[in-house]
Amino acid sequence: MSANSTKADWSNPAAMALPKDGFFKLEQGRYGPIFPKTPANYGFTIIAKIKAGREAAIREYGKKIEDTIAGLPDGLAVLRLHYLRWVLFDIGGDTYFMYQGIFDTDFDKYTEDAVALFSKYGINTVFENLEGFPEDWKTNTPAFIKFVREHQRPSFLEYGEYPYVTAEEIKKALRLKDAFETMLDQMQ
Amino acid sequence: MADTLELDDIQHILLTRTPSLTGEYVFVSFRNPESGRAWLKGLAHTVRSAAEVQSSIASSQRWVTVAFTWNGLRALGLDDASLATFPDEFKQGMVARAEMLGDTGENHPDHWVGGLASPDLHAIAILFARDGAERARCLAEHDKLLAQSDGVEVLSSLELEATPPFDYAHDHFGYRDRISQPVMKGTGEEPTPGSGAPLEAGEFILGYPDEDGPPALQPQPEVLSRNGSYMAYRRLEEHVGAFRDFLRQHGQTPEEQELVAAKLMGRWRSGAPLVLAPNADDKALATDMQRNNDFNYKEMDPHGYASPLGSHCRRMNPRDTAANMNRRRMIRRGATYGPPLPETAPEDGVERGIAAFVICASLIRQFEFAQNVWINDKNFHELVNERDPIIGTQDGTLEFKIPKRPIRKKITGVPAFTTVRGGAYFFLPGLKALRYLCSLG
Repeated sequence: MSANSTKADWSNPAAMALPKDGFFKLEQGRYGPIFPKTPANYGFTIIAKIKAGREAAIREYGKKIEDTIAGLPDGLAVLRLHYLRWVLFDIGGDTYFMYQGIFDTDFDKYTEDAVALFSKYGINTVFENLEGFPEDWKTNTPAFIKFVREHQRPSFLEYGEYPYVTAEEIKKALRLKDAFETMLDQMQ
Repeated sequence: MADTLELDDIQHILLTRTPSLTGEYVFVSFRNPESGRAWLKGLAHTVRSAAEVQSSIASSQRWVTVAFTWNGLRALGLDDASLATFPDEFKQGMVARAEMLGDTGENHPDHWVGGLASPDLHAIAILFARDGAERARCLAEHDKLLAQSDGVEVLSSLELEATPPFDYAHDHFGYRDRISQPVMKGTGEEPTPGSGAPLEAGEFILGYPDEDGPPALQPQPEVLSRNGSYMAYRRLEEHVGAFRDFLRQHGQTPEEQELVAAKLMGRWRSGAPLVLAPNADDKALATDMQRNNDFNYKEMDPHGYASPLGSHCRRMNPRDTAANMNRRRMIRRGATYGPPLPETAPEDGVERGIAAFVICASLIRQFEFAQNVWINDKNFHELVNERDPIIGTQDGTLEFKIPKRPIRKKITGVPAFTTVRGGAYFFLPGLKALRYLCSLG
């Protein structure tokens, strides 16, 4: 966590500008420097070129992941996510893939859990359509991590309307609100 | 490749706990490859396999283990191509990984003793002996070997002594040890209730399938890596005076103090788990291996009213509250060192503690994960400002929360009860691999 982010007050919206390389200071994690926490929590933006002719296969996969999560709502719980966004876009004649996530733990900590999920839910099927993705990723976690780190594009600015709040805290607050409303309804 | 465990090639420490009450760790440096190999040749015949130790345990007096740092393998003359096939974290060594491991402040390698932070640390010889006389005899034999090989320097050694009472294994704080240990397939061992199903041997031994599939990325040549493993060594000083002061500060009566000790650990000092004995110690439960590990957290203690979310046991083995637990298990070996501090005595400033080995097939996925996430992540289980109260990196600024009805107890300014005084990553070769190393050059 960067020094700038120690004051956590959810009621004060906050923005943070980030250095060009993405790090305030190089704090080593197991697989490399730890990406900083910002008012938008931890996150990554992975951008990679897709292999020629694979766009349809990737798009088709969106539906499959939708179904997977419908059947297994807590399937990705271990990643401590807020949001994931999957985007395809063109530059010139090439198509690029962007995978952007906002989550509550630094990615380095739960790397192996993420790799395990990739294979469990077939998310790898999308990544295998990206240029440079290591073919032996399943048995070569370091190569997988290297790919992710090499394709991570750090933000230069991040903003949080309710900064530093975890998904767990939000869910807790909503549960409390639901319980309170139920109680009020029952008192009618 | 046969998946039957090659028990006659695997060093015994991986699979066996020996009835030793004493021992010695000797840390050595090789000035040249020939001397290193001569030393290894002189010692290798004393290193026994798991099969041999299991069949002779009642009659044996001593048990020897040999392992090498990456620098040590190079110093023995292993070629660059082979050295390159070892994983990065092992090549870099524990010192280079200090920040990530939490070895900062007082725990920093700059303060380590015994030459363990030096790149000249090449090998460890581990001796466990049944008694002091046997230890002395073995050390004299080792001295003779050293006298023959002038290119081998002893950087330091550490004398191990069990702490009384000797009828059960425990540390200087008084916590019973050796209750929860993973069991691997192929050993014929039956896990105690609550310990989970036996795990694939590849989680702990190189060359076998692990919980994820067939072995991959093993160091080469195969003769070197097969039946080997990695050991993370940790010499942890235990500040017994500070620990007892803390218990007295947070507990008015001996019973309250015992409860504070139990809350830090997740088990009573007897070994009885808080999840099964939340209100009072239960010594019968503590010693009953059929019951003392038979619990979970998610259903039996989700909020930590029995075992606090940040307690040591709950961090080191979160059981059903962590993902992929089968990929995070470790084998622990080791012993206590230093004189016991009598219950009524004030802190005497003498170093005492535990000198332990964590054995696993992947240092980065198992040992380093536990150290980096379970032990030292301040936000483990959303605790925000806590680290492991027993072995986490503590600088007096963190807290420990004890969930309680109607309101929780929050202890602030948790002091460091332990300090890392040394550590290293070792490769633990099988017996054939030891002979291979002897034959280099």
